[in-house]
Amino acid sequence: MRFSMLPSVFVQMFKKPWTNKFPAKYAPSNTTQFLADVGEGKAEIVPPIQTPKGFRGKIKYDKEKCTGCQLCIKYCPCEAIEFKPKEKKIKIFLARCCFCSQCNDVCPTNCLTMGDEFLLADADPYSKDLIVE
Amino acid sequence: MKQTATTKTSYHIPVGPIHPALKEPVYFEFEIDGERIIDVNVKLGHIHRGVEWASRKRNPIQVLYLAERICGICSYCHPAAFSLAVEAAADIQVPERAEYLRVIQGELERICSHILWAGVAAHEIGFDTVLYFTWQIREKALDLTEYLTGNRITKGIMTIGGIRRDITKDMLPRIKRDLQFFKDNFEKLRHIFLDDKTIKMRSQGAGILTKKDALKLCAVGPTTRASGVKKDVRVDTSYFAYGDLDIDYITPDVLTGNINGDVYDRIIQRLLEVKQSIDLVEQCIDEMPAGEIVSEPKIPKLMNQLKKVNGEGVGRHEAPRGEVIHYVKFNGQTENPYTWKVRAPTYNNILPWIPMLKGEQIADIPIVAASTDPCMSCTNRVAIVNNNSKYELTKEQLHKMSVEKTRRFMK
Repeated sequence: MRFSMLPSVFVQMFKKPWTNKFPAKYAPSNTTQFLADVGEGKAEIVPPIQTPKGFRGKIKYDKEKCTGCQLCIKYCPCEAIEFKPKEKKIKIFLARCCFCSQCNDVCPTNCLTMGDEFLLADADPYSKDLIVE
Repeated sequence: MKQTATTKTSYHIPVGPIHPALKEPVYFEFEIDGERIIDVNVKLGHIHRGVEWASRKRNPIQVLYLAERICGICSYCHPAAFSLAVEAAADIQVPERAEYLRVIQGELERICSHILWAGVAAHEIGFDTVLYFTWQIREKALDLTEYLTGNRITKGIMTIGGIRRDITKDMLPRIKRDLQFFKDNFEKLRHIFLDDKTIKMRSQGAGILTKKDALKLCAVGPTTRASGVKKDVRVDTSYFAYGDLDIDYITPDVLTGNINGDVYDRIIQRLLEVKQSIDLVEQCIDEMPAGEIVSEPKIPKLMNQLKKVNGEGVGRHEAPRGEVIHYVKFNGQTENPYTWKVRAPTYNNILPWIPMLKGEQIADIPIVAASTDPCMSCTNRVAIVNNNSKYELTKEQLHKMSVEKTRRFMK
């Protein structure tokens, strides 16, 4: 057959696209301004697709449960975790984190879990959003 | 390249190391006569990243994630081969259920990789509709991967002595539904690739690698199987659970009846392997026994075990591109590997480019080069630098050095 793909192409013309148009239907010229508008309620955001079960997002840290055993620091593949010797607690730099959840596996008290949050882009690697403590 | 080869009728075309047509840095020197390629020279070593060196400061659990980042598409194969090597060195027994789960992950990665390759091959000959069609199927495969492992590309699923995530009963309907989707679309894909005139025109008789050359140059994976060499680690060594599954060598003559070793055969080869992979995943789901998924869940305990190991291990795994080999040595003092050596499959598939490209036209370079599914970043393991410039030794220089050493001993 000469044009075996032609039927699929015609069908595709009348189909809704698979792509989820996040954050807006048309790309905003200024993303920071657009997000500020969303915060004030002037613009509407197209929500991202729901993350699946077992997704590895931003780490959640339960400070009360942590005993300061430093096992997570020993097994972190990208040295993203720092120990605070005075408080005997940890500080996680998400800018270095590779989201492998190995620290959750080694933690003897289960004080670390993986969250759902994934919109973690930031110009400053030491910003408040990117440090978990 | 020899200077004497330059005559008035032929000329050089250098391509690379950074070139819009190449996705990764590799340097070609073509000797061209009109439209025909007379001679090819390939130069590597533009993208050394020091991965093996970095492993010396890390313990085996950390090296798993480092191994994952050797290659983006083979992000399961490298940790798998590394785990096999460590398990061989430390004599760790993997639970049976984990072996089956490892096969499922490996075959799912093969489906992703081969379908991606099919799209890239279609793009190289200018058939972009097929590119989008194959990537639509791949998107489903990636969604399934995300559902099973938590991530689309760098899966982080492998661990030493088992696997990190189990497949529970409530996951099975979703997996079966997606496998059915792959099967339905596989038929469509096979029809496009095998019956369409566009693909036949460009790929039949192009880039021929004979069985003799494939054996001589030690080609691996689909590249060598498409030339009729029956070489597959899954069948040869039956690691993981492959020994229990119904698996045999696949060569393109299953479908077409004869083997030419051209680009068309390599396309057929990969499509047949996708079908085989779907079949293997189904077999695994049916036959999977219940039980533990990891031999030692407490990682500090496992590390104490590895600290005492004084020995070496080799791990071999059939990656989508061919055989990947990892060698690990422990010295019994720390848990960090004393040596770690990686041999990625593309390393063996570079030299077969030379017989494939000789005699072809300039326009055939992209499809012929892409037909081995090259992944240059995986191959670069060594860079020797002297006075801030690249340091190379020719065969004659090496021979001279060897003779000099003998003379030194004679004194």
